[in-house]
Amino acid sequence: MLSCQELTELVTDYLEGTLKLGDRMRFRMHLALCPPCREYLRQMELTVGSVGELRESHIPDDVKGELMSAFRDWKQQG
Amino acid sequence: MSATAASAVIASPQDLALVERVLAGEDAAFAELIAAHHASMERLARVYVHSGDVASEVVQETWMAVLDGLQRFEGRSALKTWIYRILTNKAKTRGVREGRIVPFSSLGREDDDRGPAADPDRFTSKGRWSDPPSPWGHDSPEAVLRRKESMRALQQAVETLPPSQRAVVTMRDIDGWSAEDVCNVLEITETNQRVLLHRGRTRLRRALESHYRGE
Repeated sequence: MLSCQELTELVTDYLEGTLKLGDRMRFRMHLALCPPCREYLRQMELTVGSVGELRESHIPDDVKGELMSAFRDWKQQG
Repeated sequence: MSATAASAVIASPQDLALVERVLAGEDAAFAELIAAHHASMERLARVYVHSGDVASEVVQETWMAVLDGLQRFEGRSALKTWIYRILTNKAKTRGVREGRIVPFSSLGREDDDRGPAADPDRFTSKGRWSDPPSPWGHDSPEAVLRRKESMRALQQAVETLPPSQRAVVTMRDIDGWSAEDVCNVLEITETNQRVLLHRGRTRLRRALESHYRGE
């Protein structure tokens, strides 16, 4: 049986789908019996999802403008 | 650092078509490249250098290097890999010059690359929880981030990760890259990538937990 501590160290391998079949089964078995580890896994997933929400892909217009004008200069030289 | 990842995948037909359009001087094609990568490039560059301004400079320089080198792009790697390798090389040079500990540098060892990722004090000697995770009362990322302080705490936690972890977490979890692409750009192995991701994510969960516990 996996310990809780061992489970916390396998959580990324589990989420990445890189656990071998036997380990995956032990992982799930432990989860089924252990509410705190279920909470831990849930929090890890929530953390990953929340980090993803930090994504900012806006480019300020002046930066875009500068890059495009550098591009035009580059063309002229070419 | 250990052996590099398997050779980068080759450029897709879309990559090659885009390169051709940029080389032909099509504004829309360059604009497309910028829209796809500029913000992510700044995020990654920021891991290597000390300020957002310097990161912006590094990205600008990278774009110029991309344009100047594009003629020689032979499609032996994905376009993205090629661009981001130019970026990380420039950012690394700049970071080293600034005396920063840069990710994957032979100069500085990071404090946190061995031992368990989660705090061992949270467990009994038998490895059971002695201090189990406290419930968060939120069940979606949107709910977590609706509170400005939580978002701020998370942002800050990302910024204070050891640089190699921050690089991997930024690419994987913020920018949504595949593990393979990350390995190709950072020239690290799959295993190394996964370890860094794990340690980084573990720290971020802990940071959010501390935030909710009011620590």
